Amino acid sequence: MFESVGKKMNFNNLFNNKKESNNYLLKGGMIIDPNEKVVKKKDILIKGKIISKINEEIVCKSDDYIKIDCNGLYICPGIVDMRVNLGEPGLEHKETIKSACKAAASGGITSMICMPNTSPVIDQPAIIQSIQRKAREVALTKVFCTGSLTRGTNGDEISELQLMFESGAVGFTDGNKSIANARIMRRALNYVKSFNGLIIQHAEEQELSKKGIANEGEVATRLGLTGIPSYAEAMIVQRDLWLVKDTKCRYHVSHISTKETVEIIRNAKKSGINITCDTAPPYFLLNELAIENYRTFSKLLPPLRTEDDRKEIIKGILDGTIDAIVSDHTPQDQDAKRLPFNQAEFGGVGLETLLPLTLSLVKNYDLDLISAISLITKNPSEILGLNVGSLKINNEADITVFDLDKPWKVKPEKFHSKSKNSPFDSLLVQGKNLMTFVRGRLVYNFK
Amino acid sequence: MNGIDKLKNYPHKHLLGIEGLLPNSLNFLLDLSQKYVKFLEKNSKKLDYLKNKTCINLFFENSTRTRTSFELAGKKLGADMLNISVGTSSIKKGETLIDTAMTLNAMQPDLIVVRHNDAGAVKLLSEKVNCGVINAGDGPHEHPTQALLDALTILSRKKTIAGLKVAICGDIMHSRVARSNIHLLNTLGAEVRVIGPATLIPKEIDSLGVKVFYNMKDGLKDIDIIIMLRLQLERMSGSFVPSIREYFRFYGLDREKLNYAKPDALILHPGPMNRGVEIDTELADDLDRSAIFDQVRMGVAVRMACLKALVKK
Repeated sequence: MFESVGKKMNFNNLFNNKKESNNYLLKGGMIIDPNEKVVKKKDILIKGKIISKINEEIVCKSDDYIKIDCNGLYICPGIVDMRVNLGEPGLEHKETIKSACKAAASGGITSMICMPNTSPVIDQPAIIQSIQRKAREVALTKVFCTGSLTRGTNGDEISELQLMFESGAVGFTDGNKSIANARIMRRALNYVKSFNGLIIQHAEEQELSKKGIANEGEVATRLGLTGIPSYAEAMIVQRDLWLVKDTKCRYHVSHISTKETVEIIRNAKKSGINITCDTAPPYFLLNELAIENYRTFSKLLPPLRTEDDRKEIIKGILDGTIDAIVSDHTPQDQDAKRLPFNQAEFGGVGLETLLPLTLSLVKNYDLDLISAISLITKNPSEILGLNVGSLKINNEADITVFDLDKPWKVKPEKFHSKSKNSPFDSLLVQGKNLMTFVRGRLVYNFK
Repeated sequence: MNGIDKLKNYPHKHLLGIEGLLPNSLNFLLDLSQKYVKFLEKNSKKLDYLKNKTCINLFFENSTRTRTSFELAGKKLGADMLNISVGTSSIKKGETLIDTAMTLNAMQPDLIVVRHNDAGAVKLLSEKVNCGVINAGDGPHEHPTQALLDALTILSRKKTIAGLKVAICGDIMHSRVARSNIHLLNTLGAEVRVIGPATLIPKEIDSLGVKVFYNMKDGLKDIDIIIMLRLQLERMSGSFVPSIREYFRFYGLDREKLNYAKPDALILHPGPMNRGVEIDTELADDLDRSAIFDQVRMGVAVRMACLKALVKK
């Protein structure tokens, strides 16, 4: 994955899914604590599964602990990625739980929240349980499921939401489909209130975006591609706001991409409505020009927008309108992308680039390091109501150790993900995850 | 030549679109086409420039005039022309475009002419083959040889393109002919307008350098050339226009609307025509005003020029 590594990487050395646990002492790293909002040089002691101590100088007998020198490195809570598409079950040729967990662990992600648009769709408890069982076997990154909001994501009947909630569903969404029917949306928002469930919306007015494959405007017109108007997104958010105001349910808009959406959410937050949202790296780093030459790796959903939209997304991140950054990892095999633009599938992989691309906001846009880390740890964890993404004593030790400045080149062929469809192919980035701890185990170690 | 030297050869490997071609490239192809127009007028002999060269016509979409005129053009130049139509090929069996491209490439043709219903598909194919590729229409993106033959038709009647006022009327949104014509006419110095109902004008088309009009009366004022487009009923989902009757009433070209243009305005239509939908039958048959059948004749010459220019010696 990195230019600097000459020798061929060996999976057995990189990943560790053995059940035995060691005690670790991470010495001399800069600890980024999003809860305390400080970056300070401290030692951190991992005992069994949990974080047992964080202090200026921890001394202990060397045979009880594996000591790791973290001088010059940064230590933060493990990354929580709220939007990942797993290929399993049903689309194992694109991604398996194992390959996704490897990709996540190597990217510093310790908790993945997967979308329900698998095949079959996650619309009943049994499928959630089966995915969780698989994830436990793989034993790398933690996997949480969302359940589909409507049966089969067909949009017309709500799924067994509370049963899925009981089985561990952390939120409800129809994945890359918007809930088009306002009545169903209202019922769902009302229904999940009884158990304080979270609804995650992919905002897109489906009739307006029908057959659309690119952002409507100059580029789509010139290339002869059917456009998706940018307000198709804002329109649904606007509609949902009425419903959220009425039902007062927990509501989250995923991967927002337009100026208008940022403005609407900014105003909604000001007026005290309980709404959260996230975006993904392509929407703050790329614009619609990336589809020039019919580059199908840049065919995303929502589509890449204009430069004005991109700038406003960054503004939204800086002023706190946008709560979280997600990878929006959507693996697609070669056959799904090596096609005419119109026929190619939507989406790009992102697990292995989430950290450096988020850090690019620190390097290039004056976002402070604590806020950047919060966007991918504390904030998503709080939105979902999970007990991850922090460095609290006695919490499970989900920890990421990274080099803030290490430069590397994105080479998808070296990705651990089964699919290589990255819109950031060949980009030079800075910041590299070096070690990932999940439940106190060192699951990934980049040597 | 807009300050650019006259070319001896066409400087590109493929002809995928008009966008990005410089005036000298366009003029090179047009000059060569003009030679073939004269040749076709004089005799019915065949030439042997492309003797022992193989050209493949690969058409994923139905076509009469484009495919036939490429075939005829190739034969006039002595090339061996192969036609592959999708109905009888492996594409129907589920072969991907790239596999089709690589299969054909392995047969070492000298040129492939491709039409496909998706924008960008011809470019994708061109990246996978060693020979030159001519785009014979890719979705609503481009149809360069049509734009060239339109330009040739205009030149044959008006002598020059620079300074002319050209209106492209009708279904701009779904039209590759419109996009190629806009690029070509702009590059050669014409003033281009598009006219149509707002539902058929794509967003920000003005950024391609055209003026947008929503009614024929204003749009056709002082116009030298009218390019009528076919209402592409097969590409439409949802109601872009309420009825053919209403469309013809406001956007169909008839004598009355033609009077808004200059008295010697010339009518072009890429075909196939929907008589009574976008153009009045009597007008379509008026050989003084309509150059529709000239266009077909020019089509063969233009395609001869393109084949000649792109097949490697």
